[in-house]
Amino acid sequence: MSATTDARATTEHASGASGVTDREDARLLQRHGLTRVPRDKDRAAGRARRAAGHLSRRPGLVLAGLVLLLVTAWAVAPHAFTAQDPLNGVPADRLQPPSAAHWFGTDHLGRDVWTRAVHGASLTLRTTALAVVVGVVVGSLLGLLAGFLRGWVDDLVGRVVDVLLAIPSILLSLAIITALGFGPVKVAIAVGVGSVATFARVMRAEVLRVSTSVYVEAARASGLRWPAVLARHVLPNSSGPVLALVALDFGTAVLAVSALSFLGYGNPPPAPEWGALVSGGRDYLATAWWLTTLPGLVIVAVVLAANRLSRALEKTGEDQ
Amino acid sequence: MARYILRRVGQGVFVLWATFTIAFFVLYLLPSDPAALIAAGGGGEVDQIDPALLEELRAQHGLDRPVIVQYGDALWQAVRGDFGASYLSGAPATSLVAQALPETLKLTGVALALAVAGGALLAVASVFPRARALRQALSALPPLGVALPTFFVGLLLLQWLSFRVPVFPAIGNEGAISLVLPAVTLAVPAGAQLAQVLSRSLRGTLGEPYVETAWAKGAGRGRVFLAHALRNAAIPAFTVLGIMVGGLLGGAVVTETVFSRVGLGRLTVQSVNQQDVPVVLAIVVFSALVFVVVTLVVDLVYPLLDPRIESSGITESRRSTAVAA
Repeated sequence: MSATTDARATTEHASGASGVTDREDARLLQRHGLTRVPRDKDRAAGRARRAAGHLSRRPGLVLAGLVLLLVTAWAVAPHAFTAQDPLNGVPADRLQPPSAAHWFGTDHLGRDVWTRAVHGASLTLRTTALAVVVGVVVGSLLGLLAGFLRGWVDDLVGRVVDVLLAIPSILLSLAIITALGFGPVKVAIAVGVGSVATFARVMRAEVLRVSTSVYVEAARASGLRWPAVLARHVLPNSSGPVLALVALDFGTAVLAVSALSFLGYGNPPPAPEWGALVSGGRDYLATAWWLTTLPGLVIVAVVLAANRLSRALEKTGEDQ
Repeated sequence: MARYILRRVGQGVFVLWATFTIAFFVLYLLPSDPAALIAAGGGGEVDQIDPALLEELRAQHGLDRPVIVQYGDALWQAVRGDFGASYLSGAPATSLVAQALPETLKLTGVALALAVAGGALLAVASVFPRARALRQALSALPPLGVALPTFFVGLLLLQWLSFRVPVFPAIGNEGAISLVLPAVTLAVPAGAQLAQVLSRSLRGTLGEPYVETAWAKGAGRGRVFLAHALRNAAIPAFTVLGIMVGGLLGGAVVTETVFSRVGLGRLTVQSVNQQDVPVVLAIVVFSALVFVVVTLVVDLVYPLLDPRIESSGITESRRSTAVAA
């Protein structure tokens, strides 16, 4: 395992980016069958320089990263971004359009919508993150077992996946909410179950690809038991596409969580969940456009950013 | 071929059975007490119901029998089209679904047409023009469309085209004009999804040798794109149809709520709000039925469109396209 990593790092270094002379050196060395062992320091520097160059050619990706960092910061420390109260408004300031004092305007109770959107980040993102965790853990586990054990386990998982895919995900979520009841954790479970099928499928395909590789065969031949092969060889080498899928699923989950929150199944009011914020503006569509439009744009920005990140991860995976 | 069809129908029936079974156990075995739900009739406090009444209701609805007997009975009834009576109104769940269905079919039908037309147009438009900037601008639209929450699109349309400029009615099911905004709302994510798959497939096809040949023979740009490349590129896009129709049914839940339309989506929201288990079960199984039928039709038509593919190898290729979408 460590031998393969080293070899890869060496070729990377040789083909790569730490200055012209280095590259020429490496080419010469390679031509003569000599590979120089790269020092850790210039390997790291080269990698950093390569990453910087890579990012400077992709402003969209940088922007996506910034959006995700920003909303994460909102979730972690909302008070750093706003000093106002998300739950209690100033009735005298009701339904004011966006201004320097109220970036996103105010709602019918005089609450600052920007403040509510900032504070809503932690509610919405926590539910979303939990949903993704449910989807990844359950889905990957099913896919891992199906792909590795094959036989009847594979058949059973395949059938379950077929069923999960046959029901539109929002109806699946609603059925689970009917059974469990309302609330953020239940919404998270409902949304997470909806993405189990995709994770199971991708993980299974990856495991099938990895388990036929020579090093897995070697590990088995040298007498390693299957749980150990699974944990040490198959899992680390099949997780790439799953990671790209995590980013994509995060975007989808934000949409699903917001939709369920819009329908009123999340935190009860006056909690400022993003979907509920948009829903709260429904009665003022004609007079107060900012109540629905601005929180809605926050959701769109986060989903776009997650999708952009996912595409970048997918590309990196393909390049490797 | 006949054996293949038989096997596919068998698989479809299996998926329906499994959907019913999983939904039944999830809905009936999780925390809530069905008898209490029936007694509450959608309102009131569950805690304050007389225990004797609960016992009576359990006996009346057969809820005191072992779960497996209840399941067998429910399955047998469901096969004959009876999903039990709504806890809320007492009407048969199946007829509630049947009543709500026509409006939703109208909505999803128009939305599907819009999505296919718009998605195909956008896909071609994002590959066809010579100007790079225009291509890039148009290519950015499908990812945007996929990222828009349905409720947000609906509310924006309402805001601008019903309230600011009163062109379309804001709510209700009256006449064809009330269908425009909801159908557009529903078509946006579906169309964007289709455009993504189709434009990717079109770009791939344009690199094929036979397209080179067409260029070399002196065919015009329009002819190469539309007559040669698009015809083959459309085939993989066709396979996402099953997923799209399912997505439209799901999207109807939010759309019908935003536009206060009567239909299956509204019925779903009402039933979920009141924990009306039989109706939810009927809707879930119905949506699985739609998915199964659409994918079956797609799989059967697929070899007719693409003779290179033998009917046995279809399922995997369809699946991989669907996941990629």
